[in-house]
Amino acid sequence: MASTTHDHAHDDHHAHGHDDHGHDHHDHKPSFVARWFFSTNHKDIGTLYLIFAVVGGIVGGALSEIMRAQLQFPNNHIVESGQQWNTIITTHGLLMIFFSVMPALIGGFGNWFIPLMIGAPDMAFPRLNNISFWLLPPAFVLICIGLVMGESGSGWTLYPPLSNATYESGMGMDCTLFALHLAGVSSLLGAMNFITTIFNMRAPGMTMHKLPLFIWASLVTAWLLVLSVPVLAGAITMLICDRNFGTAFFDPAGGGDPVLFQHLFWFFGHPEVYIMILPGFGIISHVISTFSKKPIFGYLGMVYAMVGIGVVGFVVWAHHMYLSGIDIDTRAYFMGATMVIAVPTGIKIFSWIATMWGGSIDFKTPMLWAVGFLFVFTIGGVTGVVCANAGIDEAIHNTYYVIAHFHYVLSLGAVFSIFCGFYYWIGKMSGRQYPEFWGKVHFWLFFLGVNLTFFPQHFLGLSGMPRRYPDYPDAFAGWNYVSSVGAYISGVSVLVFLYVCFRTFTSKAPVADNYWGEGATTLEWTQTSPPAFHTYTELPRIH
Amino acid sequence: MSAPEQRRRANRVTGVAIAAIVLGMVSVSFAAIPLYKMFCAATGYGGTPKTGLAAAPGGTGRTIRVRFNADTNPGLPWTFAPDQLEVTIPLGEDQLAAYHAHNRAHRPVTGVALYNVTPEKAAKYFHKTACFCFNEQTLDAEQDMVFPLSYWVDPAINSDPSTADVQVVTLSYTFYKALDDAARSGALAKAGPHVGSGPTTN
Repeated sequence: MASTTHDHAHDDHHAHGHDDHGHDHHDHKPSFVARWFFSTNHKDIGTLYLIFAVVGGIVGGALSEIMRAQLQFPNNHIVESGQQWNTIITTHGLLMIFFSVMPALIGGFGNWFIPLMIGAPDMAFPRLNNISFWLLPPAFVLICIGLVMGESGSGWTLYPPLSNATYESGMGMDCTLFALHLAGVSSLLGAMNFITTIFNMRAPGMTMHKLPLFIWASLVTAWLLVLSVPVLAGAITMLICDRNFGTAFFDPAGGGDPVLFQHLFWFFGHPEVYIMILPGFGIISHVISTFSKKPIFGYLGMVYAMVGIGVVGFVVWAHHMYLSGIDIDTRAYFMGATMVIAVPTGIKIFSWIATMWGGSIDFKTPMLWAVGFLFVFTIGGVTGVVCANAGIDEAIHNTYYVIAHFHYVLSLGAVFSIFCGFYYWIGKMSGRQYPEFWGKVHFWLFFLGVNLTFFPQHFLGLSGMPRRYPDYPDAFAGWNYVSSVGAYISGVSVLVFLYVCFRTFTSKAPVADNYWGEGATTLEWTQTSPPAFHTYTELPRIH
Repeated sequence: MSAPEQRRRANRVTGVAIAAIVLGMVSVSFAAIPLYKMFCAATGYGGTPKTGLAAAPGGTGRTIRVRFNADTNPGLPWTFAPDQLEVTIPLGEDQLAAYHAHNRAHRPVTGVALYNVTPEKAAKYFHKTACFCFNEQTLDAEQDMVFPLSYWVDPAINSDPSTADVQVVTLSYTFYKALDDAARSGALAKAGPHVGSGPTTN
């Protein structure tokens, strides 16, 4: 598939290059306020999302530095109370998921590259796109109110009774819940837009089986959002009613059931983890193919592996609830179904390796991140299969082993794919060259830092250190110290990232239209860097 | 119809269809509550016993042990306990058991009992024909009360391979203060008009 597009890409470029340049001259950009606040341009909205994701990630990351500082030594008192601690961990989780990873991968790269890669002039519903971004800043403010008031200490899972009016009576918790409502509506509008765009706006000749893998990844992600986020919205609505309007959805005294919340939450929550990683899969596919100078191995297998992960991801939710009292047959089912997901995931990992196999690999910064992704995601995947065992989970449930597992797939996996996409596309998006040396420094510092942070947490978890506590017995002191040092190194690497951004945006070095050369075959490389404000006024034709 | 107009129409149709799916999923999340209750009642899932007036099929000569458990939520000022901790009963015959309760408060209090059966897999063979737990119960100030229940255990429990090993069935009740009573006495402090107030004392 890639080679088809590739051949065409050149034709298209030669044929339409003149038109594009001609178009530049009457490429009217609106005034600053109209352009950035009332934007309906997919590239500008994508940029807003990316900036927002960086802000969200820095605030969420700062919270994690506070957490690691608190846990660096036993009996530390940086965090003053358990409630304060709980509020910090809650906000850290929610910020990273809803205000950093999702805006970057879905809103940011999705908005930027879905139209560019399928040859569409813009998204299907440009104004909806604008609303879906501008719902996020108020949501972010609400989350921060919950944090500052110190009243949202339920954990990101929001389980009642911890999140109900008895144990978390303040308004801060309600702010956090409303923030999730807003963020949920935002991602639903985004998902609608993505699906419609991908279904209806493809360039002539671009059939579903010729779609670039990032587009397939975004499509599956959008479907997961459409089917799972409304369930979270329902659960949160019930929780808000329980807290404020005297209903008893989750209160046994009124015939409710707190475990119901867990079911609803995880029916959303498990697809949510695939929502965070699938777009990353798409990016990694393009980067590995580009830098191995080979089309991706097993294109159709890659597509249907993602579809399979998406489908099966909906029927495994109770593996988060092995200890909630579900019976043994139910646990056996959820255990089996969960492990089945390792099969399509394995197909993807092996196809990436097969793509690299025999390739003429060029270890530019994006490729470093991609290979780093394979490494950390595989570790996280393997510990995921360990956690999937209901029997083993009895011992490691709610320990640092679980923390290590999901940070390896998300904090490392998803974030590596974000940085991978950043270095891969920043030249295309900004028209400026990132500094290769500092990009590599950023990668190696981050790689070292996060592995040092999270690998020891496997040991802590296996020794029985529980999550969600601001302190621990002296026996856990050694590895906690190592983990905190790792967190500081990751923190420094974020500063390097900011320096990379500074150097990139102040750089005068122009970049070519297709600066990665022959390996980069998708349609966005036929456009100028940065692309014209309006692209594809004449639709490309795919053969 | 021109091409852009056709595309706009196609986009509208797709967009509306997806919006409908979103609304459908929200409804399904609310429908999950009654559906889950029906599912449990039908299958005995989660230790939900059978309720209703189905008549006992009659004795079989075999027996099973039944244990009685009682818990009280601290918010309910009652003392609540079974009259008998354990009985051995003939399978398939109507049985009567009783709990007693005492209201320690100096005012009337309404409570409601939640119930289930363990092992959970035995629940579908446990029939309650009449039970104090089917309704809210109100005790006057410092009143004593006997709560009867009538039940029988289906002899099929012995022939079902998945439950043939069950020797003891535990019947469990947890009494809570009824919600409207809690609201009346102000214990449900967050309910009602003062949304988002500061920490409340319960």
